[in-house]
Amino acid sequence: MEDTNTTTSVLMKSSVFCGVTRALPIVMGYVPIGFAYGVLAKQAGLSVFNAVAMSVLVYAGSAQLIGAGLFGAAAPALSIVATTLVVNLRHMLFSAALSPYLKGWRKSELAIFAYELTDETFAVHSAGFPEGVPSKAEVIAVNVTAQLSWLCGSWLGAVVGGLIKDVRPLALDYTLPAMFIALLVMQIKVRAEIIVAALTGVLAVVLTLMGVGRWSVIVATLIGATLGVVFEQIGTRREGGEA
Amino acid sequence: MIDQQAVFLTMIGMGVVTFLPRLLPLWLFSSRDLPPLVVSWLRYVPVAVLAAMLLPSLVMPEGQIDVSLGNLFLWAAPPVFLVAWKTRNLFAPVIVGMVLVAGIRLFLG
Repeated sequence: MEDTNTTTSVLMKSSVFCGVTRALPIVMGYVPIGFAYGVLAKQAGLSVFNAVAMSVLVYAGSAQLIGAGLFGAAAPALSIVATTLVVNLRHMLFSAALSPYLKGWRKSELAIFAYELTDETFAVHSAGFPEGVPSKAEVIAVNVTAQLSWLCGSWLGAVVGGLIKDVRPLALDYTLPAMFIALLVMQIKVRAEIIVAALTGVLAVVLTLMGVGRWSVIVATLIGATLGVVFEQIGTRREGGEA
Repeated sequence: MIDQQAVFLTMIGMGVVTFLPRLLPLWLFSSRDLPPLVVSWLRYVPVAVLAAMLLPSLVMPEGQIDVSLGNLFLWAAPPVFLVAWKTRNLFAPVIVGMVLVAGIRLFLG
Protein backbone atom coordinates (compact mmCIF):
# COMPACT_ATOMS: atom_id res chain seq x y z
CA MET A 1 0.00 0.00 0.00
CA GLU A 2 2.75 2.37 0.97
CA ASP A 3 4.52 1.53 -2.28
CA THR A 4 1.54 2.51 -4.40
CA ASN A 5 1.20 5.73 -2.47
CA THR A 6 4.82 6.63 -3.08
CA THR A 7 4.45 5.80 -6.76
CA THR A 8 1.32 7.93 -7.01
CA SER A 9 2.97 10.87 -5.33
CA VAL A 10 6.06 10.58 -7.53
CA LEU A 11 3.85 10.42 -10.62
CA MET A 12 1.89 13.38 -9.33
CA LYS A 13 5.06 15.39 -8.83
CA SER A 14 6.38 14.59 -12.27
CA SER A 15 3.10 15.51 -13.96
CA VAL A 16 2.94 18.80 -12.06
CA PHE A 17 6.51 19.44 -13.19
CA CYS A 18 5.53 18.63 -16.80
CA GLY A 19 2.61 21.03 -16.56
CA VAL A 20 4.76 23.82 -15.18
CA THR A 21 7.31 23.26 -17.97
CA ARG A 22 4.63 23.34 -20.64
CA ALA A 23 3.36 26.64 -19.27
CA LEU A 24 6.78 28.35 -19.47
CA PRO A 25 6.24 29.93 -22.91
CA ILE A 26 3.00 31.41 -21.54
CA VAL A 27 4.88 32.68 -18.48
CA MET A 28 7.39 34.46 -20.72
CA GLY A 29 4.51 36.32 -22.31
CA TYR A 30 2.31 36.81 -19.25
CA VAL A 31 4.85 38.42 -16.92
CA PRO A 32 5.58 41.39 -19.21
CA ILE A 33 1.98 41.80 -20.41
CA GLY A 34 0.66 41.43 -16.86
CA PHE A 35 3.23 44.05 -15.89
CA ALA A 36 1.97 46.39 -18.60
CA TYR A 37 -1.58 45.84 -17.33
CA GLY A 38 -0.50 46.58 -13.74
CA VAL A 39 1.13 49.84 -14.77
CA LEU A 40 -1.97 50.84 -16.73
CA ALA A 41 -4.37 49.89 -13.95
CA LYS A 42 -2.38 51.94 -11.45
CA GLN A 43 -2.30 54.92 -13.81
CA ALA A 44 -6.06 54.58 -14.30
CA GLY A 45 -6.45 55.11 -10.56
CA LEU A 46 -6.97 51.56 -9.28
CA SER A 47 -5.42 50.64 -5.94
CA VAL A 48 -2.71 47.97 -5.98
CA PHE A 49 -5.19 45.66 -4.26
CA ASN A 50 -7.82 46.17 -6.96
CA ALA A 51 -5.29 45.94 -9.78
CA VAL A 52 -4.24 42.50 -8.54
CA ALA A 53 -7.82 41.54 -7.60
CA MET A 54 -8.87 41.99 -11.23
CA SER A 55 -6.18 39.46 -12.23
CA VAL A 56 -7.64 37.05 -9.69
CA LEU A 57 -11.34 37.63 -10.39
CA VAL A 58 -11.42 38.30 -14.12
CA TYR A 59 -8.07 36.93 -15.41
CA ALA A 60 -8.42 37.85 -19.07
CA GLY A 61 -5.73 40.01 -20.63
CA SER A 62 -7.46 42.20 -23.16
CA ALA A 63 -10.62 42.58 -21.05
CA GLN A 64 -8.53 43.74 -18.08
CA LEU A 65 -6.64 46.31 -20.15
CA ILE A 66 -9.92 47.64 -21.53
CA GLY A 67 -11.53 47.45 -18.08
CA ALA A 68 -8.73 49.46 -16.46
CA GLY A 69 -9.19 52.14 -19.11
CA LEU A 70 -12.96 52.23 -18.50
CA PHE A 71 -12.51 52.51 -14.72
CA GLY A 72 -10.11 55.38 -15.35
CA ALA A 73 -12.71 57.08 -17.55
CA ALA A 74 -15.32 56.58 -14.77
CA ALA A 75 -17.57 54.53 -17.05
CA PRO A 76 -20.78 53.18 -15.46
CA ALA A 77 -20.43 49.75 -13.83
CA LEU A 78 -23.04 48.17 -16.06
CA SER A 79 -21.29 49.21 -19.27
CA ILE A 80 -17.95 47.92 -17.93
CA VAL A 81 -19.53 44.54 -17.16
CA ALA A 82 -21.29 44.44 -20.56
CA THR A 83 -18.07 45.29 -22.40
CA THR A 84 -16.25 42.54 -20.49
CA LEU A 85 -18.93 40.05 -21.51
CA VAL A 86 -18.60 40.92 -25.20
CA VAL A 87 -14.79 40.89 -25.12
CA ASN A 88 -14.71 37.51 -23.37
CA LEU A 89 -17.53 35.75 -25.18
CA ARG A 90 -14.99 34.03 -27.47
CA HIS A 91 -14.11 31.80 -24.51
CA MET A 92 -17.33 29.88 -25.22
CA LEU A 93 -15.66 28.58 -28.35
CA PHE A 94 -12.60 27.45 -26.39
CA SER A 95 -14.76 25.75 -23.81
CA ALA A 96 -16.88 24.00 -26.43
CA ALA A 97 -13.87 22.90 -28.46
CA LEU A 98 -12.16 21.27 -25.47
CA SER A 99 -15.32 19.61 -24.13
CA PRO A 100 -14.99 16.33 -26.12
CA TYR A 101 -11.59 15.71 -24.48
CA LEU A 102 -12.72 16.15 -20.87
CA LYS A 103 -15.51 13.62 -20.71
CA GLY A 104 -14.50 11.89 -17.49
CA TRP A 105 -14.04 15.08 -15.47
CA ARG A 106 -16.33 16.02 -12.59
CA LYS A 107 -18.30 19.27 -12.76
CA SER A 108 -16.19 20.77 -9.98
CA GLU A 109 -12.97 19.82 -11.79
CA LEU A 110 -14.30 21.31 -15.02
CA ALA A 111 -15.11 24.51 -13.12
CA ILE A 112 -11.55 24.75 -11.80
CA PHE A 113 -10.22 24.14 -15.30
CA ALA A 114 -12.63 26.62 -16.91
CA TYR A 115 -11.78 29.40 -14.46
CA GLU A 116 -8.26 29.59 -15.91
CA LEU A 117 -9.13 29.04 -19.55
CA THR A 118 -7.53 31.90 -21.49
CA ASP A 119 -6.46 32.40 -25.11
CA GLU A 120 -3.04 31.04 -24.25
CA THR A 121 -3.93 28.11 -22.00
CA PHE A 122 -6.57 27.13 -24.57
CA ALA A 123 -3.95 27.23 -27.32
CA VAL A 124 -1.59 24.99 -25.35
CA HIS A 125 -4.33 22.50 -24.42
CA SER A 126 -5.93 22.35 -27.83
CA ALA A 127 -2.51 21.56 -29.31
CA GLY A 128 -1.86 18.85 -26.73
CA PHE A 129 -5.23 17.14 -26.15
CA PRO A 130 -5.57 15.46 -29.57
CA GLU A 131 -2.33 13.55 -28.85
CA GLY A 132 -3.80 12.28 -25.59
CA VAL A 133 -5.15 14.21 -22.61
CA PRO A 134 -2.48 14.45 -19.88
CA SER A 135 -3.31 13.76 -16.22
CA LYS A 136 -5.59 16.21 -14.42
CA ALA A 137 -2.64 17.30 -12.28
CA GLU A 138 -0.62 18.23 -15.36
CA VAL A 139 -3.52 20.06 -17.06
CA ILE A 140 -4.31 22.08 -13.94
CA ALA A 141 -0.58 22.74 -13.34
CA VAL A 142 -0.37 24.42 -16.77
CA ASN A 143 -3.31 26.67 -15.85
CA VAL A 144 -2.20 27.53 -12.32
CA THR A 145 1.36 28.33 -13.45
CA ALA A 146 -0.01 30.62 -16.14
CA GLN A 147 -2.30 32.51 -13.77
CA LEU A 148 0.41 32.81 -11.11
CA SER A 149 2.74 34.42 -13.66
CA TRP A 150 -0.07 36.78 -14.67
CA LEU A 151 -0.59 37.68 -11.00
CA CYS A 152 3.14 38.28 -10.47
CA GLY A 153 3.29 40.48 -13.57
CA SER A 154 0.25 42.54 -12.60
CA TRP A 155 1.41 42.96 -9.02
CA LEU A 156 4.90 44.05 -10.10
CA GLY A 157 3.41 46.47 -12.61
CA ALA A 158 1.04 47.97 -10.07
CA VAL A 159 3.76 48.32 -7.43
CA VAL A 160 6.78 49.52 -9.40
CA GLY A 161 4.85 50.84 -12.40
CA GLY A 162 6.52 53.87 -13.90
CA LEU A 163 10.07 52.70 -13.22
CA ILE A 164 10.20 50.58 -16.37
CA LYS A 165 8.20 52.15 -19.15
CA ASP A 166 9.29 50.26 -22.22
CA VAL A 167 9.53 46.49 -22.65
CA ARG A 168 10.12 46.79 -26.40
CA PRO A 169 13.95 46.52 -26.38
CA LEU A 170 13.59 42.94 -25.10
CA ALA A 171 10.89 42.11 -27.66
CA LEU A 172 8.76 40.70 -24.88
CA ASP A 173 5.77 42.07 -26.76
CA TYR A 174 6.46 39.46 -29.45
CA THR A 175 6.38 36.38 -27.19
CA LEU A 176 2.65 35.81 -27.47
CA PRO A 177 2.34 36.36 -31.26
CA ALA A 178 5.32 34.00 -31.74
CA MET A 179 3.72 31.44 -29.42
CA PHE A 180 0.45 31.65 -31.32
CA ILE A 181 2.29 31.04 -34.60
CA ALA A 182 3.97 27.97 -33.11
CA LEU A 183 0.73 26.61 -31.65
CA LEU A 184 -1.13 27.16 -34.89
CA VAL A 185 1.56 25.32 -36.84
CA MET A 186 1.50 22.45 -34.33
CA GLN A 187 -2.27 22.05 -34.71
CA ILE A 188 -2.30 21.85 -38.47
CA LYS A 189 -2.31 18.22 -39.49
CA VAL A 190 -4.40 18.02 -42.67
CA ARG A 191 -4.59 20.25 -45.72
CA ALA A 192 -8.17 21.33 -44.97
CA GLU A 193 -6.88 22.94 -41.76
CA ILE A 194 -4.38 25.09 -43.67
CA ILE A 195 -7.22 26.36 -45.84
CA VAL A 196 -9.46 26.96 -42.81
CA ALA A 197 -6.66 28.81 -40.97
CA ALA A 198 -5.86 31.02 -43.98
CA LEU A 199 -9.50 31.84 -44.74
CA THR A 200 -10.41 32.52 -41.12
CA GLY A 201 -7.35 34.72 -40.59
CA VAL A 202 -8.10 36.82 -43.67
CA LEU A 203 -11.77 36.97 -42.68
CA ALA A 204 -10.84 38.27 -39.21
CA VAL A 205 -8.70 41.01 -40.78
CA VAL A 206 -11.49 41.99 -43.21
CA LEU A 207 -14.11 42.01 -40.45
CA THR A 208 -11.87 44.14 -38.24
CA LEU A 209 -11.40 46.61 -41.11
CA MET A 210 -15.18 46.67 -41.59
CA GLY A 211 -15.52 47.83 -38.00
CA VAL A 212 -17.00 44.66 -36.55
CA GLY A 213 -14.51 45.19 -33.75
CA ARG A 214 -14.67 42.75 -30.87
CA TRP A 215 -16.98 40.38 -32.69
CA SER A 216 -14.56 39.75 -35.54
CA VAL A 217 -12.78 36.79 -33.88
CA ILE A 218 -16.06 35.03 -33.03
CA VAL A 219 -17.74 35.68 -36.38
CA ALA A 220 -14.64 34.69 -38.37
CA THR A 221 -14.27 31.48 -36.33
CA LEU A 222 -17.92 30.47 -36.75
CA ILE A 223 -17.68 30.93 -40.52
CA GLY A 224 -14.20 29.38 -40.78
CA ALA A 225 -15.02 26.21 -38.83
CA THR A 226 -18.27 25.82 -40.80
CA LEU A 227 -16.34 26.09 -44.07
CA GLY A 228 -14.01 23.38 -42.76
CA VAL A 229 -16.94 21.01 -42.20
CA VAL A 230 -18.41 21.91 -45.61
CA PHE A 231 -15.09 21.10 -47.36
CA GLU A 232 -14.89 17.87 -45.40
CA GLN A 233 -18.43 16.86 -46.40
CA ILE A 234 -17.82 17.67 -50.07
CA GLY A 235 -14.57 15.68 -49.88
CA THR A 236 -16.27 12.61 -48.37
CA ARG A 237 -19.14 12.78 -50.84
CA ARG A 238 -16.76 12.97 -53.77
CA GLU A 239 -14.80 9.99 -52.48
CA GLY A 240 -18.07 8.18 -51.92
CA GLY A 241 -19.14 8.91 -55.52
CA GLU A 242 -15.93 7.55 -56.95
CA ALA A 243 -16.07 4.34 -54.94
CA MET B 1 -10.69 59.77 -6.89
CA ILE B 2 -12.11 56.41 -7.81
CA ASP B 3 -14.34 54.60 -5.32
CA GLN B 4 -12.22 51.46 -4.82
CA GLN B 5 -15.09 49.55 -3.24
CA ALA B 6 -17.33 50.19 -6.25
CA VAL B 7 -14.46 49.09 -8.51
CA PHE B 8 -14.15 45.85 -6.57
CA LEU B 9 -17.88 45.12 -6.80
CA THR B 10 -17.85 45.84 -10.54
CA MET B 11 -14.93 43.47 -10.92
CA ILE B 12 -16.95 40.69 -9.32
CA GLY B 13 -19.54 41.25 -12.05
CA MET B 14 -16.79 41.22 -14.68
CA GLY B 15 -15.54 37.96 -13.19
CA VAL B 16 -18.96 36.31 -13.42
CA VAL B 17 -19.55 37.27 -17.07
CA THR B 18 -16.04 36.04 -17.90
CA PHE B 19 -16.35 32.75 -16.04
CA LEU B 20 -19.76 31.67 -17.37
CA PRO B 21 -18.78 31.56 -21.08
CA ARG B 22 -15.66 29.63 -20.05
CA LEU B 23 -17.65 27.15 -17.99
CA LEU B 24 -21.08 26.51 -19.53
CA PRO B 25 -20.10 24.82 -22.81
CA LEU B 26 -17.77 22.47 -20.90
CA TRP B 27 -20.52 21.62 -18.42
CA LEU B 28 -23.15 21.15 -21.09
CA PHE B 29 -21.17 19.28 -23.72
CA SER B 30 -18.57 17.16 -21.90
CA SER B 31 -21.18 14.88 -20.34
CA ARG B 32 -22.87 13.84 -23.58
CA ASP B 33 -22.09 12.44 -27.00
CA LEU B 34 -22.39 15.15 -29.59
CA PRO B 35 -23.57 14.53 -33.17
CA PRO B 36 -20.58 13.68 -35.43
CA LEU B 37 -21.13 16.84 -37.48
CA VAL B 38 -20.82 19.01 -34.35
CA VAL B 39 -17.70 17.11 -33.25
CA SER B 40 -16.01 17.68 -36.60
CA TRP B 41 -17.08 21.35 -36.48
CA LEU B 42 -15.51 21.68 -33.02
CA ARG B 43 -12.32 20.11 -34.35
CA TYR B 44 -11.87 23.05 -36.73
CA VAL B 45 -12.45 25.64 -34.01
CA PRO B 46 -8.90 25.72 -32.53
CA VAL B 47 -7.20 26.26 -35.89
CA ALA B 48 -9.81 28.82 -36.92
CA VAL B 49 -9.83 30.78 -33.67
CA LEU B 50 -6.02 30.85 -33.41
CA ALA B 51 -5.75 32.15 -36.97
CA ALA B 52 -8.49 34.72 -36.31
CA MET B 53 -6.59 36.07 -33.30
CA LEU B 54 -3.14 35.81 -34.88
CA LEU B 55 -3.40 37.28 -38.37
CA PRO B 56 -4.86 40.67 -37.34
CA SER B 57 -2.10 40.98 -34.72
CA LEU B 58 0.54 40.45 -37.41
CA VAL B 59 -0.96 42.40 -40.32
CA MET B 60 -2.45 45.26 -38.31
CA PRO B 61 -0.62 45.50 -34.95
CA GLU B 62 -1.56 49.18 -34.60
CA GLY B 63 -5.13 48.85 -35.84
CA GLN B 64 -4.68 49.58 -39.52
CA ILE B 65 -3.15 47.33 -42.19
CA ASP B 66 0.61 47.75 -42.22
CA VAL B 67 2.68 45.69 -44.65
CA SER B 68 5.62 48.12 -44.65
CA LEU B 69 9.11 46.95 -43.68
CA GLY B 70 8.63 48.76 -40.39
CA ASN B 71 6.08 46.18 -39.26
CA LEU B 72 8.45 43.78 -37.49
CA PHE B 73 5.58 41.64 -36.17
CA LEU B 74 4.75 40.71 -39.75
CA TRP B 75 8.27 40.20 -41.11
CA ALA B 76 9.49 38.18 -38.15
CA ALA B 77 6.54 35.80 -38.64
CA PRO B 78 7.78 33.70 -41.63
CA PRO B 79 11.04 32.64 -39.91
CA VAL B 80 9.04 31.84 -36.77
CA PHE B 81 6.62 29.76 -38.87
CA LEU B 82 9.53 27.91 -40.44
CA VAL B 83 11.23 27.15 -37.12
CA ALA B 84 7.91 26.01 -35.64
CA TRP B 85 7.33 23.74 -38.63
CA LYS B 86 10.82 22.20 -38.43
CA THR B 87 11.19 21.83 -34.67
CA ARG B 88 7.56 21.16 -33.69
CA ASN B 89 8.21 22.63 -30.28
CA LEU B 90 7.15 25.82 -28.57
CA PHE B 91 10.37 27.29 -27.23
CA ALA B 92 12.55 27.47 -30.35
CA PRO B 93 10.10 29.59 -32.39
CA VAL B 94 9.39 31.91 -29.44
CA ILE B 95 13.12 32.47 -28.85
CA VAL B 96 13.81 32.97 -32.57
CA GLY B 97 10.95 35.48 -32.80
CA MET B 98 12.15 37.47 -29.80
CA VAL B 99 15.79 37.48 -30.91
CA LEU B 100 14.77 38.62 -34.40
CA VAL B 101 12.51 41.43 -33.23
CA ALA B 102 14.88 42.58 -30.47
CA GLY B 103 17.88 42.36 -32.83
CA ILE B 104 16.25 44.38 -35.62
CA ARG B 105 15.04 46.99 -33.12
CA LEU B 106 18.55 47.22 -31.69
CA PHE B 107 20.27 47.66 -35.06
CA LEU B 108 17.70 49.89 -36.69
CA GLY B 109 17.07 51.83 -33.51
